[in-house]
Amino acid sequence: MLLRSAFEGTQITFVTTLEGLGERAGLESVHIVPDCNRHEPLRAALCAAKLLVLLLKIRPHVLVSTGALPGVLAMMLARRMRTRTIWIDSIANAEEPSMAGRQAKRHATEWLSQWPEVALREGGRYEGSVL
Amino acid sequence: MIFATVGTQLPFPRMLAALDGIAGERGLKVTAQTCEPGAHYAHMETFAAMAPAEFDGAMRDASVIVGHAGIGTILGTGRLGKPLILMPRRASLGEHRNEHQLATVAAVEAREGIYVAMDETELAAHLETPDLKPFHLGEGPKLPALTTFLRDFIHA
Repeated sequence: MLLRSAFEGTQITFVTTLEGLGERAGLESVHIVPDCNRHEPLRAALCAAKLLVLLLKIRPHVLVSTGALPGVLAMMLARRMRTRTIWIDSIANAEEPSMAGRQAKRHATEWLSQWPEVALREGGRYEGSVL
Repeated sequence: MIFATVGTQLPFPRMLAALDGIAGERGLKVTAQTCEPGAHYAHMETFAAMAPAEFDGAMRDASVIVGHAGIGTILGTGRLGKPLILMPRRASLGEHRNEHQLATVAAVEAREGIYVAMDETELAAHLETPDLKPFHLGEGPKLPALTTFLRDFIHA
């Protein structure tokens, strides 16, 4: 939400795993997908299916994600549709990227860490941070 | 009320003992989340662990937050806009795996409303300072660059 002004003038759809989050932030176009992690392959498959339906309907030009596994799945799918993708690793990952962040690298057009040392070590970019 | 938090992963008795001493000397009202079951501090109300709602309530009720230099603590305080005193954990004292909390305080100590205390003396000095300024997230010097990068990527 701190990066919201970057989206001005675009048609934007938010996808989250938490009911109510979008309302609280005053967002209009919000979709919910089931949360999942790497220990729950079935839920991950369900999440991926929902994401695929959304992506086919919306056909985004750009996909932005900060995590976690649902974000990676969306990125993996979007990349196959030639959508440009950008991963912004969470500011919380000051020492190393999250597992999802590492997985996202293969699917991201641009991969950013908010910590210069982490970006350097991971072969990503540092372009600023929310802090 | 002062609320102290050490995060949910490791205890941090050096910070809490220092704060307890200061609270005793100056008669400060302190609530602390300690991550230290069974620990007793004479001058603070302590909880080893707190439910999220309880934790949020204590954060909201506090006039000043004292914390280890964890990102969660920094973000949580910045969202509320309160003064934040950070004491970094030192790996050299066995308080963490490595010295990344030193890097964290170096990255944020220039921000308005963030005060760094390396020991009890510095902690006491900050707590004595009248009119500590609030720390607000979202006004960071590195945020415009990130926003611009993202905007340019979107419109490329």
